[in-house]
Amino acid sequence: MSSDHAPSERKHEFSVVGRPLPKIDAWAKVVGETKYTDDLVLPRMAYGKLLRSPHGHALIKRIDTTRARELLGVYAVITGADLPRVKFGILPVSQDEEALCTEKVRMVGDAVAAVAAVDEETAERACRLIDVEYEVLPALMSIEASLAHPEIRIHEYGDGPNVHKNVALQFGDVEAAFAKADLVREDVFFYEGNTHLPMEQHAAVAHAGPDGKLTLWSSTQTPHYVHRLLAKILDMPAAHIRVVAAPVGGAFGGKIEPFAHEIAACRLSQLTGRPVKIACTREEVFYIHRGRHPVLMWLKTGFTRRGDITGSHIKTWLDGGAYGSYGVASTFYTGIINPVTYKMPVYKFEGARVFTNKPPCGPKRGHGTPQPRFALECQIDKAAEQLGLDPAAMRRRIVTEPFTKTANHLTVTTTGLAECIDRVVEASGWRDKWRGWRSRTTASPSEKRRGVGFACSAYMTGAGTAIYWNSMPHSGVLLRADRSGVVTIQCGATDIGQGSDSILAYLPAEVLGIDPKDVHVHPADTSLTPVDLGSYSSRVTLMCGMAAIQAAERLRNVIGKAVANKLEVGPGELVFRDRKVGVPDEWDKAVTFAQAVELGEAMHGVLAFPGSYAPPKRAGKYKGGTIGPSPCYSFTACVVELTVDEETGEIELHDVWIAHDIGRALNPLLVEGQTEGSVYMGIGEALMEGQVFRKGVHKQPSMLDYKSPTTLETPEIHTVLVETDDPEGPFGAKEAGQGPLLPVPPAIANAIYHAVGVRCDEVPITPEMILRGLELRRQGKAVRVGPEKIPVFKFKEPLVVESAFGQPAEAVAVRPFTS
Amino acid sequence: MKTRIGLTVNGEPHEVLVPVHKTLLEVLREDLGLTGTKHGCELGECGTCTVLVDGEPVLSCLALPAELAGCEITTIEGMARGRRLHPLQQAFAELGAAQCGYCTPGILLTAQALLAERPTPTRQEIKEALAGNLCRCTGYTKILDAVELAALRMTGGSRVGDRR
Repeated sequence: MSSDHAPSERKHEFSVVGRPLPKIDAWAKVVGETKYTDDLVLPRMAYGKLLRSPHGHALIKRIDTTRARELLGVYAVITGADLPRVKFGILPVSQDEEALCTEKVRMVGDAVAAVAAVDEETAERACRLIDVEYEVLPALMSIEASLAHPEIRIHEYGDGPNVHKNVALQFGDVEAAFAKADLVREDVFFYEGNTHLPMEQHAAVAHAGPDGKLTLWSSTQTPHYVHRLLAKILDMPAAHIRVVAAPVGGAFGGKIEPFAHEIAACRLSQLTGRPVKIACTREEVFYIHRGRHPVLMWLKTGFTRRGDITGSHIKTWLDGGAYGSYGVASTFYTGIINPVTYKMPVYKFEGARVFTNKPPCGPKRGHGTPQPRFALECQIDKAAEQLGLDPAAMRRRIVTEPFTKTANHLTVTTTGLAECIDRVVEASGWRDKWRGWRSRTTASPSEKRRGVGFACSAYMTGAGTAIYWNSMPHSGVLLRADRSGVVTIQCGATDIGQGSDSILAYLPAEVLGIDPKDVHVHPADTSLTPVDLGSYSSRVTLMCGMAAIQAAERLRNVIGKAVANKLEVGPGELVFRDRKVGVPDEWDKAVTFAQAVELGEAMHGVLAFPGSYAPPKRAGKYKGGTIGPSPCYSFTACVVELTVDEETGEIELHDVWIAHDIGRALNPLLVEGQTEGSVYMGIGEALMEGQVFRKGVHKQPSMLDYKSPTTLETPEIHTVLVETDDPEGPFGAKEAGQGPLLPVPPAIANAIYHAVGVRCDEVPITPEMILRGLELRRQGKAVRVGPEKIPVFKFKEPLVVESAFGQPAEAVAVRPFTS
Repeated sequence: MKTRIGLTVNGEPHEVLVPVHKTLLEVLREDLGLTGTKHGCELGECGTCTVLVDGEPVLSCLALPAELAGCEITTIEGMARGRRLHPLQQAFAELGAAQCGYCTPGILLTAQALLAERPTPTRQEIKEALAGNLCRCTGYTKILDAVELAALRMTGGSRVGDRR
């Protein structure tokens, strides 16, 4: 890529990058033509349904499917006995799931049987005719309950009874750091779990052909991982399985593992010889979950008078739910990203994930990092107040330096955080509002009080390591050009609405000087497309983008040679732009792109080029050091302005200013869209969304009861994009899909404090919590609402590693597959 | 028990033989192959399945075809005039108002009904009209912008294509 040019020059040169183009799939979406999985209908297709457990924890004593089989219109009924006896899980270290449980159910919603029938109604009726005899066990519905009852084991594996994972890492002497501090704060926070709530319910269509090969169309973010695991789960060669991700109707991390409905559809199709569709209901989607972990946190941080952090120590307890999912990674993520944002010379992290009899938690937008971010940003707000500092200015002073390492050995390349802070401070009028409103006299009880709150964050642009160890590319692109002038891109990336298909058109178009419309993108099909690991961890734009650029440059080099021969010039003199290839000074002699391809094809043969990307190897050399490294990190600063009604406790958001270091906005329209969507989702988590349970069952497994923000609760969102041109990103780009969510909940909590003086150390923040806080104020007590205690729990002895804080990092690390 | 029902959808008459309890959403998607109408919640809460019945937004997951004989039903497939997109569709595509696109048909039709009634709505009026349509991707910002842009274009405003 052209990273040897100065950014200003490059910006000038771009023809596609930086333009607010419509997404390539926008037209199909606005006319309703996009075919999501449940829109697929195949001849002879049967409809499937899963029978799910009504118990949170029970042994399966017997399953009798006789009556269901006898129902007219039923093609097949299966239980776990009809599948190979193998447990699976998305992480190699947590193989603890069965598609259809055979011995035990661990949550309400665990699948135990599946039916294929002539229609959905018949399948449902058949499910009701399956007799399952359960021996009900006590259901453990909280971290405290699971730790208090080691005699009731949800799983037989892990780091202790009902403890899935127990980790402890220490980088430097944290006690010495606290001794040096002028102010040491200890605070306890709780972040409630919540779910992705994509508008599209999960669906799968499976077709086992007469040749013994299997095709699965699914609403999945990770066709590659589903492909790999299906081979194991169904005990058949991966070479005989094809997984196609249909366009996904929203995912946010919720469609990122193989699920019971996908596996059952495959098996039912194999048994019936018919295509089988299983479309989940909204209620089932709440049980599939894999959403935000509820996390209880204890955070201790030392500050100097000027606001420097001397060291920080966090303990996190994650309520993991019934299965492992991505939980080991989630546990690490609650500990390892906080040091990226601010200078933290010394750092200690202890974390534990506890099994409970609830739907499994996993990766939701921001994966494991919004919770500790909430804790840190609220604590900094409290410290700033005690130190008499402006919380925005305090943060501005302590942002991490570019091209340095953090205490826990993560490499920060570029950072635009200081500029992000400046931009939102300016745009929101922060200084006047924060100072001016702070000095107000106490209002009358009925008054609505206005406040502003500040927070920042950082997030990974793609995980530096794959979820299973390998040294192959994380993203692959196959680019083909033919004499018609068409360029075809095949890539395993999955468009979940974020626009990855469009990125795959824009970047080759930029390199080749053609229009994105000339690029045909074929994504997410394990038979046709090179592997891309999937749409998660904000990795797609960077990784498939880099692979696409490499493939396009390889094509450009070859056709450039052919054109140079024809025009009798040096290849280095050629410019590709406006669908032409030529020398700028003799542009009238330039050939069309299609002619250039013809010349290239005549010289080289078929023009098909691969692009491969794998992140630089920067993992810290300690156990656990592979989780957290990323090619580069995005940074965000946020100001929230809101009103709190002291009479009702109601919170009304007015404006959110958000500045995001995007590296480079490949398409500002898409980046703004990701940013606005992240802000919106953060608002939901901060003020209303909670995946909560009552008497052993989900309190609200419907959209009617699970509240999420509508147009009326969503404030005006003012987005500022800051460009830092990161050497690791495609044309300098970083992520935008997750990071901008992170500062929103703490900025809201801090604004509420600014407005009414109530510290809410827990989300979602409800009007009841505000009223409780105001009551505490009236009683003259500490005005804080949040968790009161932490569990009695012994963390592992920490792995003690030297702090790498402040060490210089190489400007561009060596990446595999670059030559 | 199946019943024969006549329905006018996107100006075309159809006759379907369906169980009386089958919802309009199911009939549109399964019997008429109009899969542009999506399902989101099965409870009338999310607005994803919105269609227009005689120009009014109706949640098709709660509507029974048997009650809609003689009504004009419009789905997303009937919004464009041939190849000519409705200005709302054009604006949604241009401004990035459709991310995953799943809620988009319901929102477009709801917005179409709004603009038919109030050609120059305020932003607050657009918010109120769309308050029954959930979108999990966009944060609504680009959707509101796109409705405003379409309204402007439809009333002859000068802001055609000049947003950037």
